[in-house]
Amino acid sequence: MPFASGYFRTTYARDIRLVDTRTQVASLAVFVALLAAFPFFASAFLLDLANQFFLASIGAVALMLLTGYAGQVSLGHAGLLAAGAFTVGILVKEVNAPFWVTVPAAAAVGALLGVVFGLPSLRLRGLYLAVSTLALYFVVAYVGSEYETQRGFSTGIVVDPPAIGTFPVDDPRVWYFVLFAAAAATVVLCLNLLRARSGRAWRAIRDHETVAEALGINVPAYKLAAFVISSALTAVAGALFADYRGFVSVEAFSLFLSIQYVAMVIIGGMGSILGAVLGAAFVTLFPYAIEALIASLPTPERYANLVFAVNYAAFGLVMVLFLLFEPEGLVGIWRRVRDWFLLWPFRRRPLSGTK
Amino acid sequence: MQLAVNILVLASIYALIGCGYVLIYRTSRVLNLAHGELMMVAAYLLLTTASLFSGHPLTAFVASALLGLVVGVAVYVVLMRKMTGERVLAAVLATVALGILLRGIVVLIWSAQQQYPGQALGWPNPALELPGGGRISVAAATLVLTTAAVYASLFAFLRYTRWGIRMRAAGQNPLLAAQRGIRLHGVYALAWGLSTFTGGLAGRLIALDSGLEQTMVVIGLKALPAALVGGLDSLVGAIVGALIVAGAEVLLIHYVNPLLADVVPFLVLIAMLMVRPWGLFGTREELDRV
Repeated sequence: MPFASGYFRTTYARDIRLVDTRTQVASLAVFVALLAAFPFFASAFLLDLANQFFLASIGAVALMLLTGYAGQVSLGHAGLLAAGAFTVGILVKEVNAPFWVTVPAAAAVGALLGVVFGLPSLRLRGLYLAVSTLALYFVVAYVGSEYETQRGFSTGIVVDPPAIGTFPVDDPRVWYFVLFAAAAATVVLCLNLLRARSGRAWRAIRDHETVAEALGINVPAYKLAAFVISSALTAVAGALFADYRGFVSVEAFSLFLSIQYVAMVIIGGMGSILGAVLGAAFVTLFPYAIEALIASLPTPERYANLVFAVNYAAFGLVMVLFLLFEPEGLVGIWRRVRDWFLLWPFRRRPLSGTK
Repeated sequence: MQLAVNILVLASIYALIGCGYVLIYRTSRVLNLAHGELMMVAAYLLLTTASLFSGHPLTAFVASALLGLVVGVAVYVVLMRKMTGERVLAAVLATVALGILLRGIVVLIWSAQQQYPGQALGWPNPALELPGGGRISVAAATLVLTTAAVYASLFAFLRYTRWGIRMRAAGQNPLLAAQRGIRLHGVYALAWGLSTFTGGLAGRLIALDSGLEQTMVVIGLKALPAALVGGLDSLVGAIVGALIVAGAEVLLIHYVNPLLADVVPFLVLIAMLMVRPWGLFGTREELDRV
């Protein structure tokens, strides 16, 4: 459906452009400017929240690429985050490696693990693949905890803030821009991969593997590529997490984290990068919203020790509700609202014509 | 001797939990990743019935077992019924979400502290000396016997009773079964009820033996490899798988490193998925259906 009247796409290059009309260019510029101005006005708490959101959105976009587009399920993404974080922790502790070594190293470890996670996908589908990634998560978590106990960091590894040259990156405001750049780069990279040959191949594999193969798509290669790219990006998110928090411990990467990332993809809406970002925002803000809700009750002290459990229960409930009543996720709601404004005064799309 | 006893006890735990995975998968092709949580809920129900019927441990136990059955049916009616006909994966993710929800609810109702339903019931749990030098607690011995009884009755149920045959039919071909007048929702609900019932039995007996807390979910999850190794749609497979996984776990803990406990079942699972994804006794065409 066109967003501007009298506007026609006349070449293939225009058809796949990421930013289409002048209005979109302008609104994108305003959006970026607002985001860039945000840290100069925000409180420390809001800044930390924004940083968490950027970290989560890297992981969510990476998982969306794998699950939402290539159709390969992974319940083990917390393992990949842990692998990235532990790579940073180990390299800093053992050889005191700088920032520009640890992050690429984490990406390399992630890519390698991506091959390991992806190999079962060549034989297994759906359910069995989900279970095998789950099993691999437990193996990665075990290796991490084994390293912690063997080297005597039983409570976790402390990572000193990284430095670019002699300038240490420890101010949350600097981190905001680092993480913002990383998240934006991830989104642009994934969008580009998705509008190219690789993206078309992944969608074909997701929709029908046998047909994709018959069309001449190298199914194993593209499946592995999806796993490798997704895992490398997730591991980078884990590495940035370790540097940002300055602390690595297996407890931070529980199975619940994996489920949270899957929830971001579901709640956001399958098959949409925007959905992944919306889902990341939702899941990041959710616990704070619950906490605020409990704090606004008449006697908050009485419920203080229940916050954790309420969080769990409410999170599960929201996931169930989305699966039951809004399988297209937040992005589905967003599209309906947008269409309502675009089509007004009509109620629905014309039956024929472009989508 | 003690090692053999440990393997036997652990294998019966895994087998008793694993048959829940098998029952649901075999009838409705859904992998229930909330099985550990359902088992935990059923075990916590014992605490409630223990305080309701204090002084009558057997009544409390039976009451909580029946409640477990009700919980399973309720889960199907409220949630999973709506997921029939959806993609298999959506159903599996729904069980994951259900698991998170149940975990929260359990802490809200029963608190996160470790509890001992054995004390609440006034049920002593002495260790028995076995001929040959091994020791086994009464609860563990009951667990082994229960597993044997459950499997024997499940085999008989699926083989000879009307509902059992309906269940097998629904598992083989839901469309044909429905056309022959089998009420699929009834059969699926029964599968969920039975699965929670057997899982709950395991949960309660483990709780009587070693106390009750949130980590019980991990035991439930570790039984999944046992069911998968044997083949997700085979009850015989679940027993064999449980023996293999439990054997590997106990031996590796004893001879290599106790920290391995949480990871061994999953290593066995990965090895199995690489070699024979459909399991030892599973049916092969399952893979393409998913």
